[in-house]
Amino acid sequence: MALSYDDVIAKYEPVLGLEVHVELNTESKMFCSCSTTFGGEPNTQTCPVCLALPGALPVVNAKAIESTIKIGLALNCQIAPHSRFARKNYFYPDMPKNFQISQYDEPICFDGFVDVEIETDEGPKQFRIEIERVHMEEDTGKSLHVGGATGRIHGAEYSLLDYNRAGIPLVEIVTKIVPGTGKYAPEVAKAYVAELRDILRGLKVSDVKMEQGSLRCDANVSLRLIGSDVLGTRSETKNVNSLRSVERAIRGEMIRHAELLNDGKKVKQETRHFQEDTGLTRSGRSKEQAEDYRYFPEPDLVPVAPAAAWIEELRAQQPERPSLRRKRLKEQWAVPDKEMAAMINADALDIVEETVLLGADPTKARTWWLGEISRIANEKELALTELSITPKDVAAIVALVAAGELTDKLARQVVDGVIAGEGTPSEVVAKRGIKVVNDDGALMAAIEKVCAEQAETADKVRNGHVPAAGALIGAVMKETKGQADAARVRELLLGHLGQASN
Amino acid sequence: MIKNTAAQMSASLAKGEITSVELTKLHLDRIADVDPKVKAFLHVDGESALNQAAAVDADRASGKKLGPLAGIPLALKDVLAQQGVPTTAGSKILQGWKPPYDSTVVAKLKAAGVVILGKTNMDEFAMGSSTENSGYGPTFNPWDLTRTPGGSSGGSAAAVSAFEAPLAIGSDTGGSIRQPAALTGIVGVRPTYGAVSRYGLIAYSSSLDQAGPFGRTVLDTAMLHEVIAGHDPRDATSINAPVPAVVAAAKSGDVKGLKIGVIKQLQGDGYQSGVQARFNESLEILASLGAEIVQVDCPSFEYALAAYYLIAPSECSSNLARFDAMRYGLRTGESDGASAESVMNSTREAGFGREVKRRIILGTYALSSGYYDAYYGSAQKIRTLIIEDYKKAFTQADVLVSPTSPITAFKIGEKSEDPIAMYLADVATIPVNLAGICGMSLPAGLAEEDNLPVGFQIMAPAMQDQRLYQVGAALEAALVSKWGGHLISKAPALGGAK
Amino acid sequence: MSSLSRDEVAKLAALARIEMSEAELVNLSSQFGSILDAVARVQELNLEGVKATSHPQPMENIFREDVVQPSLTPDQALSGAPAQEEQRFRVPQILGEAE
Ligand SMILES: [Zn+2]
Repeated sequence: MALSYDDVIAKYEPVLGLEVHVELNTESKMFCSCSTTFGGEPNTQTCPVCLALPGALPVVNAKAIESTIKIGLALNCQIAPHSRFARKNYFYPDMPKNFQISQYDEPICFDGFVDVEIETDEGPKQFRIEIERVHMEEDTGKSLHVGGATGRIHGAEYSLLDYNRAGIPLVEIVTKIVPGTGKYAPEVAKAYVAELRDILRGLKVSDVKMEQGSLRCDANVSLRLIGSDVLGTRSETKNVNSLRSVERAIRGEMIRHAELLNDGKKVKQETRHFQEDTGLTRSGRSKEQAEDYRYFPEPDLVPVAPAAAWIEELRAQQPERPSLRRKRLKEQWAVPDKEMAAMINADALDIVEETVLLGADPTKARTWWLGEISRIANEKELALTELSITPKDVAAIVALVAAGELTDKLARQVVDGVIAGEGTPSEVVAKRGIKVVNDDGALMAAIEKVCAEQAETADKVRNGHVPAAGALIGAVMKETKGQADAARVRELLLGHLGQASN
Repeated sequence: MIKNTAAQMSASLAKGEITSVELTKLHLDRIADVDPKVKAFLHVDGESALNQAAAVDADRASGKKLGPLAGIPLALKDVLAQQGVPTTAGSKILQGWKPPYDSTVVAKLKAAGVVILGKTNMDEFAMGSSTENSGYGPTFNPWDLTRTPGGSSGGSAAAVSAFEAPLAIGSDTGGSIRQPAALTGIVGVRPTYGAVSRYGLIAYSSSLDQAGPFGRTVLDTAMLHEVIAGHDPRDATSINAPVPAVVAAAKSGDVKGLKIGVIKQLQGDGYQSGVQARFNESLEILASLGAEIVQVDCPSFEYALAAYYLIAPSECSSNLARFDAMRYGLRTGESDGASAESVMNSTREAGFGREVKRRIILGTYALSSGYYDAYYGSAQKIRTLIIEDYKKAFTQADVLVSPTSPITAFKIGEKSEDPIAMYLADVATIPVNLAGICGMSLPAGLAEEDNLPVGFQIMAPAMQDQRLYQVGAALEAALVSKWGGHLISKAPALGGAK
Repeated sequence: MSSLSRDEVAKLAALARIEMSEAELVNLSSQFGSILDAVARVQELNLEGVKATSHPQPMENIFREDVVQPSLTPDQALSGAPAQEEQRFRVPQILGEAE
């Protein structure tokens, strides 16, 4: 029977568990020196180690350890004084060794938490997500399924394997079970993944691009009757590749579970795959016959025992927590809620802050980045950071406008020039010969010319119909090739036509 | 010339009495002559060997400074990857595979100018003590062609013993260098775990495997040891410390004042009388040279074999998972509509031999949930006890000794149907592997009852490998003078013409 | 006397991805009794409080710097491939889902 979400939460309480996999942005792979660059030609980033050729041995990437410890610290975790790698044994063609080097009973970070805040019916409310463990492992290769339905594993005739991604460092962040979120479970999960993404971005340890798979979420969902303390059977949903999907997947699974339970059926403990198009999940491998992974300590790698001094050094380097930083910047810059959200959404916080730190007015800096520059970025389908304009350029442009050397309109031309690669703002100004006409005499000549040409309009203004001045100002600006300061033109024009300008 | 020691060959090359090409040809001739009987080699690449030899000769002619083993031929156990040369680890599953890279040991041999003659036979994936488990048929003991040369490095040991090469590389996971050295009357050393890089050594049991040298004398073995040892950043378990001065130790050979500990648990019941007799005789010689013989007790050694046959199969069950017909090696069962899974199943069935499958299944069992603690977990604890026994024993003695193998070379087929009997062949060598320390076997004479070689095992603490050579050289010198020549000179001629 | 039934051997063989004939299963099952008896000796001692040794040398913190080194060429990488297509390893259809 089809249930509404309200029906579900009236009867059941959801219990969540979230596993997030993060690809680290190291230069080289976890256990070998192959490049991690995304999108290379197939099998060009492989070596005896990541192809699991007979005899090859892994050696741990020091940067990956450092990044993992940084993540652990940012998630308020304990850092294990002694941890080990373990082999997780199972056969799969995209995994060359047919075991994954992971961590089992001795993860490098454990027992942390992340606080997230969401809007509830009673206003903003904070939820604490407890972190069970943060551990290191390696990614698998990619398979291309040929024949049968397009790209699907089912019905394919054969598969083609590319091991460029095999051995990319992965960090797995596992929460403890998250009870008590009630109807807000989907929002809490989304807020958690968003917060995690911001934390990781702040640490600069990952590209955290969900659409490229550098941040992936598996959501475990189970339901229990409200008031009961018996946990239900959980399903594990994979393939959740956007923040919106996190929310949709959990909501969908809650409804699916409730429908089964209401019909007296059992929820199967299984892996499910989220489908972006329908928002539903489909059944994957059943976990009833739980795979026996036969974990044991990886004999080719020695234990990791980070020195306390090193951990403290990394702790001291921790960046400000994203939530605190957002709060601070919002207050410092006096940004309205809606604009703050837009800035976060556009991923522009860093770049605006940098611009402000270079002396630009926060509102101006924000307006440039979210306005004209974002428009160009959208046109070019690039991220703000991928354009050739830098916070330094924007700060310079803001300064030129403030000094009256550029009008807003001229400044837009300068932005265009910088993005087109014509040099720094001052170079663009020089090259394009852009300058504000400050000579009142020249302006008056233009004003007189325009008023003579458009005598009718000029008379309207003389007779007190000030809004009509707009057309005249526009004509003067055109006459001066846009190099005049519009405010000054207005002042002089209204004076000329006997009207007070204010 | 081929019956000379590597040290003598090195001197002849240096003096210009012979070229490396000539020396290599002599060995290739010998291989052509006797290997059809011995079957030490799986692959001989004469052309490549002669090219390497010619390159060394050219370097020598141009006055380039060369290492002592430059231009000396060597037999390489097929467990080590050599770029472009078939490397199978004795398994059908790797038939025809040519690695696109060199193992570190091979890279070091090449850098030293050592001439690699070819790849030698072995028990499949080094699992065995007789070389009968090779996917390509057994190797025969040059002392008696109806017997095994031991294993798993039986091909390398037989090659050196049959004068097909003066030196060879083996690998030793539970005794696979020392036991065949004992059974073929030559010297073999298993270096300290981590002393020789495992990069490119096809893994059987990662925490126990170690490559090492074979030679006909203690000094030759030391010279090869020095070439292959040393820190390697590509092996995370490689020890970052200077290589012990093994050549100097082999040249000094003095035991005066040294304490030599006889391990109570590694003698007596199950040890052939001729083996025990030669062992005791060697002890008397060492005593007469001024060493002090003491008895030491290592009670947990009784459990070493059991621990080994859990740890090694467990690690191998995981190490051998990569042989899955996807990226390299054999692929069978690829009929229409066959899945990757069924191709893996059928390839592993067809490609692995009986013993390998037995150990994979045993290891899979020992690691599986519900059994891990009882089997693998307990074995790792026994390992700790064995390490502690050694630690204590090494406070009482500088080196420890035992017979290398409880028995002399056994008949082909004699134990191949009885895995437990075969496992017992390693009873005296396994504790060294579990503790990660070093051990040597050198010839102690012939057992009276069967006229077959007996090995004397010396064990030293980790990174004290020079002690093996110091004691080994002293004992060797005394025995050689007693016998009027090296034991190997008593080996049958094999009908070889040269 | 330890033992491992034919079905248990079959389960292990499936985990280890080795196809086995009925005869092999039965044969291995009959051999495993004595093998398990031999290895089960590790349980004879009281091992409470004994640390497990997984690495024979006491080493820690062996890392490499995060520096890219040249990879194999695709030709080298694929040189041993039983089948290849479009510079990728070609394998038969995969039945199970990825992890
Ligand atoms: Zn690689």
